[in-house]
Amino acid sequence: MKKRSLIQKSIYAVITIFAVLVFNYLLFRVLPGDPLSMMMRNPKATPEMIEGMRQLFGLDQPWYVQLYLYFKNLLAGDLGMSFYFKQPVSSVIGARIMPTIIMVGLAEVVAIFAGIIIGLIAAWKRGTRIDVATLGFSLVTYSMPTFWLGMVIVVVFSVNLHLFPTSGILTPGMTYQTTGAMVADYIRHLILPTLTMSIVLIGEYALTMRNTLTDVLSEDYITTAKAKGFDNKYILRKHALPNAMLPMVTLIAINLGLVVGGTVQVETVFSWPGLGSLMYEALRARDYPLLQGVFLLVTVSVVVANFIADITYSYIDPRVKE
Amino acid sequence: MHYKEFRYRKLKEFFRAVKNNKMALFGSVTLMFFLLVAVFGPILMPFSTLDFGNVEDILLPPSGDHLLGTDDMGRDILANLISGSRISLLIGIMATLISMIIGCVIGIVSGYFGKRIDQLLMRFTDFFLVIPWLPLMMVLAAVLGTNIWNIIFVIGITSWAGTARIVRAQTLSVKERQFVERTISLGAGSKHIMLHHILPNVFPLVFANTVLVASIAIVSETTLSFLGLGDPSQASWGMMLHYAFESGAASAGAYWYYLPPGFCVVAVVLSFTLMGYAFDEILNPKLKGR
Repeated sequence: MKKRSLIQKSIYAVITIFAVLVFNYLLFRVLPGDPLSMMMRNPKATPEMIEGMRQLFGLDQPWYVQLYLYFKNLLAGDLGMSFYFKQPVSSVIGARIMPTIIMVGLAEVVAIFAGIIIGLIAAWKRGTRIDVATLGFSLVTYSMPTFWLGMVIVVVFSVNLHLFPTSGILTPGMTYQTTGAMVADYIRHLILPTLTMSIVLIGEYALTMRNTLTDVLSEDYITTAKAKGFDNKYILRKHALPNAMLPMVTLIAINLGLVVGGTVQVETVFSWPGLGSLMYEALRARDYPLLQGVFLLVTVSVVVANFIADITYSYIDPRVKE
Repeated sequence: MHYKEFRYRKLKEFFRAVKNNKMALFGSVTLMFFLLVAVFGPILMPFSTLDFGNVEDILLPPSGDHLLGTDDMGRDILANLISGSRISLLIGIMATLISMIIGCVIGIVSGYFGKRIDQLLMRFTDFFLVIPWLPLMMVLAAVLGTNIWNIIFVIGITSWAGTARIVRAQTLSVKERQFVERTISLGAGSKHIMLHHILPNVFPLVFANTVLVASIAIVSETTLSFLGLGDPSQASWGMMLHYAFESGAASAGAYWYYLPPGFCVVAVVLSFTLMGYAFDEILNPKLKGR
């Protein structure tokens, strides 16, 4: 990639993050009611906490001082106190990051593998029933609210079939003899949320795989390979697949927005103690500092991930023109 | 690009390959059905939905009296579904309207004036494209408060960015055409050109996009309501699912409670998607023959 476009992209990413920060600042200050009165609506907010907020964010000072303090606190990692958990927002968030990464990471891996295989079969058997079924599956999962899919899965697999626990991360009150037993319990809890999240993603990945593979298969170099007498499987594996995989990189980045939205819903349905359910809890408790903190973290992560994907893509695919 | 639209594009490619007009037909018939139910709902409704039932009416499975059973308040589910269709469709359509207006104004202004204005507006658009939609809507709805108009506003204000991009691209090509040049030489002002010459030419594309945005809006409403951000006084499908989950009725196995609203959402969203495809093919001649 040209150095100039790299610099330009970096500047754009920084501007976007800055805009997110300012948006976050304005959201709770410009809209009707000042942040303090909004926080006072929360019965859990004690007078000391509100006084603490006033001090921390300089809420009795002019706006430019407030903006300065906001950025200063942000750089120091100080996001204020959570009313609900009565702890600093940053430590509440910190405790919730790992479960989300494990669940979402696993779901992504499952979805990518399944998506590639399904897309491959659909592209290979173009126009057959399998192909149409892939389209149907994609359409239906596209139209389905994620939380509802989760509800259906809970009822079928936990309530009716008693195969997996309905919610949580570990069985409450359970004492484990070995670490292995604990890990096994953790995995039992992990399966259903991961399954739900994967189903949401598979349709998308399968579609992309199928379409790009169809395009790639009509390229001249595939015809050349066929003319050379390679067998179909070899061509598919060595010539078509590597090229068809490229758009997946962009797709995973573009999908992050969907994944974040899906995480909130899936974690809420399964009470999986990650960032998504934390956002829901903050919302229920009208815990504004916490809500703001999670929103900020999630949004900045998505912007950064998109930026990284953008750059990676132009490195691995030299055909990308600026 | 909004990831939903990204996926939609790929769905379209797929459609083109499958070439199944039955799908488009299915979409329009289903959508018509739901629209008719929504409009004539009060005539069809066998029960007054807001009437709470007696204790013995709570969570009854489907029967002759209650075709789809009752909810945790003893209300008839079918009646709730019918009245919910009005609210869900109303929110979806109104939010789409807001989104379309914002998208068209920003897209046309950006494409027509170009240069600095274009750069500024497109940065602004990118900002809305990159921010994950659900957290953004959650935060906005939480701050604004939960009533039906705020929900419509929140969905509308967060879903216009894809439209603005499409409209801008189309405006760029339309403004280079000769008739625009002629109109300028006849002394027409920018406002006149944008409103009378560019908008009508951009419209076919916008129309197909509208249908797609409507499907996103309906899923958004359902999700926001489920998360407790819906209007408690307006029992949309999303609110029904919210109560089914919160009351524990869903995990207690009351399938008649949580399945029907979900099926309705899927059917409507699916129909919108299928219709969007059909519109695209009819109104956007570029796609023909591909």
